[in-house]
Amino acid sequence: MIKTLVKRLWLVPVALVAWELITRAVDDPFMPRPTVIVARMYEMWFSGPLILTDEAVDNFAPSIIRLVGSWGVAVALGIALGVAIGRTAWLSDYIDPLVEFARAVPPPVMFPVFLVLFTMGTQVQVATIVFGIIWPILLNSIDGARNVDRLQIETATVFGVPASLRLVRIILPAASPKIFAGLRLSVSLALILMIVSELKGATDGIGYLLASASDRSDMPALWGGVVVLGVLGYVLNTLFLMVERRMLTWHRGARRTA
Amino acid sequence: MLEIDNLTHVYGEGPTRHHAIDGLNLSVAEGELLCIVGPSGCGKSTLLRSIAGLIKPTGGTIKVQGELVRQTPANLAVVFQDYSRSLFPWMSVADNVALPLRRKDMTKQQRREAAHEALESVGLAEAGRKYPFQLSGGMQQRVSIARALAYRPALMLMDEPFGSVDAQTREDLEDLVLKVRGHHQMTIVLITHDIDESVYVGDRVVVLSKAPAHVVGDLKVELPSPRDQISSREHPDFVHLRAEVGRLVRGVASV
Repeated sequence: MIKTLVKRLWLVPVALVAWELITRAVDDPFMPRPTVIVARMYEMWFSGPLILTDEAVDNFAPSIIRLVGSWGVAVALGIALGVAIGRTAWLSDYIDPLVEFARAVPPPVMFPVFLVLFTMGTQVQVATIVFGIIWPILLNSIDGARNVDRLQIETATVFGVPASLRLVRIILPAASPKIFAGLRLSVSLALILMIVSELKGATDGIGYLLASASDRSDMPALWGGVVVLGVLGYVLNTLFLMVERRMLTWHRGARRTA
Repeated sequence: MLEIDNLTHVYGEGPTRHHAIDGLNLSVAEGELLCIVGPSGCGKSTLLRSIAGLIKPTGGTIKVQGELVRQTPANLAVVFQDYSRSLFPWMSVADNVALPLRRKDMTKQQRREAAHEALESVGLAEAGRKYPFQLSGGMQQRVSIARALAYRPALMLMDEPFGSVDAQTREDLEDLVLKVRGHHQMTIVLITHDIDESVYVGDRVVVLSKAPAHVVGDLKVELPSPRDQISSREHPDFVHLRAEVGRLVRGVASV
């Protein structure tokens, strides 16, 4: 256990030391030393009475809530619409071209449009994230639901599995390997769009902290934000993979023996 | 029990049109084990899918226990050839067997017990918590037989059920079918392309012609029971019958 951890992670301290040495040698105010960044992060965010300072709580929490909330909305919408479209032949004939067009729009492009359309703040941010990340979920759900093995559906028909049960116990699990492929993409996209949506017109959030640090040319604070984002992305991805691993055990097993 | 009257089915139209079944008449008595044999691609599966209500035949009628088949009859179960696709890989073996029981008026506990009992009767009492991919092909097909048994159908259809397993497993599964039919009161229609199998397992063998399929032979099998893989197959009646069925399948009828 410890041995594998060391094996996998030994490069991290090496890279940090190298970074420290290089920034010391270069001595450029735009490239602050990691020790300076960490000291600054501690002072700004982690020196509060319960570790987190007010600034950290007031900015990290809204970002994470928006991120997780929007992701939840996109997942629910994407899977529900995707399964409905994938299981209904006439619906997918009409909707496929629309979906293909809409997903070709680069997500950040819609941000200024939403700024005008919605109330400044959370509405715009949620709209930007949801619109940006729903496409991989939707397309993969359509694909997964459409390609459920015919014999599996026929088996359900023969044994009179009721419609609701058929959706939950047969169509969704059968489509789940595809759906998870879409979800994996959406997790990393959501983080990107959260930051993009907070850079302008926001009054709190990690993106807001980055934007104001940039305005003040406060390089250690800017780099501190980047580090927090990196850690956040890593944690989210790890959590997601844990869930995926649990949910798709059968799939890996079935593929190995097939 | 099962009445098929002038069944006809045509797939598609134009140049891809395929006339699969033409004026097929067949009747199966309560409790009978009927084997249907015919050359490959003769429309056996179309026949089975029509009885199961999975396709709507273009002509003729099918009645199960006097009821016209429009959709799958509630008292009918199917064992498909391709167990690896017909069992749900994301469910444990016990859940696969218990799922069809959800439409019946049973508590969770009753469903679990029925599934266990069915698995026990196919010799897989210990496999309930496993997943299908952890079992061999023959064991997976036992699970689909258990699923059909737990459902307690009046009519069990089997579509080339032993077509994808090795010879030894095949014999074991044939004997399993003979064993379970003794315990459960049900009618079985088993479709196969294996002539020996049809004679060994069946009470009666119906031979279909090449497509478009119709009945070209209908033979009663009167072998001493219980049947046995070695002695039944060397019985003079068995040898005679398999030759008879073989000729019918090849289209050189002798009767």
